Amino acid sequence: MVQIKRIQEDGTDIIIPIGEIDASSSIELDLTIAKSVGEGFTKILIDCSTLEYISSAGLGVFMSYIEEFSDKSIKMVLFGMNDKVLNTFEILGLSELLTIVKTKDEAKQKV
Amino acid sequence: MKYRYKVGCSIENLKGVRDFVRTSLVEHGVSDIDISEVVLAIDEMCSNLMIHAHQCKADDLFELYILMNKSESLVVFEIVDDGTVFDINRFHEPDLDNIIHEKRKGGLGIRLVKSIMDKIEYEQADGKNTCRLSKKVQFN
Repeated sequence: MVQIKRIQEDGTDIIIPIGEIDASSSIELDLTIAKSVGEGFTKILIDCSTLEYISSAGLGVFMSYIEEFSDKSIKMVLFGMNDKVLNTFEILGLSELLTIVKTKDEAKQKV
Repeated sequence: MKYRYKVGCSIENLKGVRDFVRTSLVEHGVSDIDISEVVLAIDEMCSNLMIHAHQCKADDLFELYILMNKSESLVVFEIVDDGTVFDINRFHEPDLDNIIHEKRKGGLGIRLVKSIMDKIEYEQADGKNTCRLSKKVQFN
């Protein structure tokens, strides 16, 4: 139910989830981020403009990388979320723990 | 008005659960943001039930009811099953720092459900468990 694309721009890895991330599909997100890290990227953008839904399983994936990324100086920035998806992050206060911005340009400046 | 949905405990069925909840509430003019929040809360409750009480066994079935109580501006969800009861009211969610540090992915879903829903009650009778979740919403 989620398709995940990746593109690289100027040494930045851009991960693009398309569709819905729930308990059955969060593993795809986890594997994609792990792959990006494994390939040595230190600047990772998550393009959420085609992310229609996310449940705690998906939020948990982002949370699980916070410490590792801080240890390895890897920057991850999420951008382009629709209001409903952003609301899900905000209910839990995750917008304080993760870097979430509106546009791709802003995201590029943050990494 | 009461809606009923019977679902097997495979997590592949969560999409169907979300569509059922969304469609039922759209018919009653509930606002988009309320719909998206309760869809999320019910997804979390159902995935917990499928994974923890039924080990994702596709042949295990449970029922989901939605009741529109317009006079009290209340939408009530009932999840009825015959597995082990896990009362989230008795669960103390770890704080977020703890979740980050221990890479625990549990606890987030329950935190969401408790933030979204106004009331969560459990009832057991005749070998069936009912979890009833209510939320105040605006009907149009």
